[in-house]
Amino acid sequence: MMREVRSIFNTAIAYVVMAGLLFLLGFTFQTVVSIINKSPSDITVLEGAFGNNLFFFIFAITTSLVTMRTYSEEFRMGTIEMLTTAPVKEWQIVLAKFFGTVIFYAITLAPTLAFFTIFSVVSNSHPAAKGPGAFYGAYLLLFLIAMLFIAIGNFASSLVKDQVNAAVISITFKIIYLVGPVMLGILLTVTDPRARAAEEFISPVMHMRDFSQGVIDTRRIVWYLSLTAFFLILTHHVFHSRKLKS
Amino acid sequence: MIRVQQLTKKYGSFTAVKGISFEVEKGEIVGFLGPNGAGKSTTMKILTGFLPPTTGRASIAGFDVFDQSVEARRRLGYLPENTPLYTEMKVGEYLRYRAALKGVPGSKVRERVGDVLDLCQISDREKQLISSLSKGYRQRVGLADALVHDPDLLILDEPTIGLDPNQIRTVRELIKNLAEKRTVLISTHILPEVEMMCSRVVVIHRGQIRATDTAENLRKNHRAVGELVLEAKAGPDAVDALKAIPTVKDVTATPDGDWTTFTLRLDANAEPGAEIMRLAMERKWEVREIHQKRATLEDVFAELTTSEH
Repeated sequence: MMREVRSIFNTAIAYVVMAGLLFLLGFTFQTVVSIINKSPSDITVLEGAFGNNLFFFIFAITTSLVTMRTYSEEFRMGTIEMLTTAPVKEWQIVLAKFFGTVIFYAITLAPTLAFFTIFSVVSNSHPAAKGPGAFYGAYLLLFLIAMLFIAIGNFASSLVKDQVNAAVISITFKIIYLVGPVMLGILLTVTDPRARAAEEFISPVMHMRDFSQGVIDTRRIVWYLSLTAFFLILTHHVFHSRKLKS
Repeated sequence: MIRVQQLTKKYGSFTAVKGISFEVEKGEIVGFLGPNGAGKSTTMKILTGFLPPTTGRASIAGFDVFDQSVEARRRLGYLPENTPLYTEMKVGEYLRYRAALKGVPGSKVRERVGDVLDLCQISDREKQLISSLSKGYRQRVGLADALVHDPDLLILDEPTIGLDPNQIRTVRELIKNLAEKRTVLISTHILPEVEMMCSRVVVIHRGQIRATDTAENLRKNHRAVGELVLEAKAGPDAVDALKAIPTVKDVTATPDGDWTTFTLRLDANAEPGAEIMRLAMERKWEVREIHQKRATLEDVFAELTTSEH
């Protein structure tokens, strides 16, 4: 697992992703803070920073770039043979690769914790800073979404030998996931309660709205964890059957 | 150490390995010999647990390679064809990672990695990126990797392919040294390699085993027709006189100035050299050269693997 983390840090993409994410978050954070300064509103800084589609699109793309090599490169370079003939089980490989990337994201996002801590201190606990509940909620959800996106990225990477294809597949999956409810809304007319329900069910933006208010909804946790598990199981299956054919 | 029973591997309708059986005892160095596409790599991939067999069984140190795969893999070090490595890692870093992956206890990792670096003579490359190494060094990193968990059995798939003659020699020496304490199964299609290193040879062709023996016995028992060359100043009756020797099947004479080169085709295992020399003395031929061509492993290999089926 630590090799995975290290191998991610050995790629240029890692630093682009880290810098990009931090820049984006810094920028949106700054924008949100200035909006809150100008006109009081009931949104929190956390929601402002994470609770928008732009953030999740960027998140979808970066998670895809970081995970695209995970399996495709092993198959392309033939190192899969070295890896699977070591005395480890396949599911151990799948989990190690997954958690390796999760750790990378945890490290990448850790500095952003400072934004909100500083805001809270500097603004003397401005209402928009919310309490620690909102803080934990937002980061918990972020972590869950990162896990799901990484699992999807791993799955895409296990499907193909070429890392660019892997990234494209992965991004496509995630964009469908993100805009799916909106598309449904258009198809069914926006006011349709079914579209509304679907959006509430799967949209990270909607979930972030709750979580960044400190409302931790177990249904969402179960939803993300089970989807993540689903993609990891799929990855394991694809990995196993591709290994047999190689 | 290795026991293979009726092993078959099919890829769709193509059968790569057809019901082969063989055994490798502890301490042997066995050469797995065959032309490209004979099924050597496939067999090795099954032994290392990378591919499952279609039918049949194989075991390593008594552990089934399929049912008790992890236990079997713990006991073997494998060097795949073309030595795939994580090229973005440094040599030492890679070996420490592999050692940990292969279950070397954390406190022993440094010591083991140091040992294999010394053994494979790459200590001076420890801090170098694998991508910057030459093929010969990469091969040694691969070997160090195969050895890092101190396995009883080494399975090496064409370890000298693509190396220059000097590198081949070093890698061969290395393998010979390693073999002192271990069992080695090595695949190759380079014949001198087998004669130099292996105590026994398994010849495989089109997924079937054609012969299993020592290189020497294979050569001895080879039924190829022998050939003897005689260069002499001899009269025109020489051809008939030579033909009269019972083990000589046929004689062709090629004149070369005053000299004549006689090429004699012989019966299997015939040694008519002494008789020919006696004849030459009697008839007062001047002899410049006489030598008998013996079957080489190459002849044996050619006969066993350029077959009708």
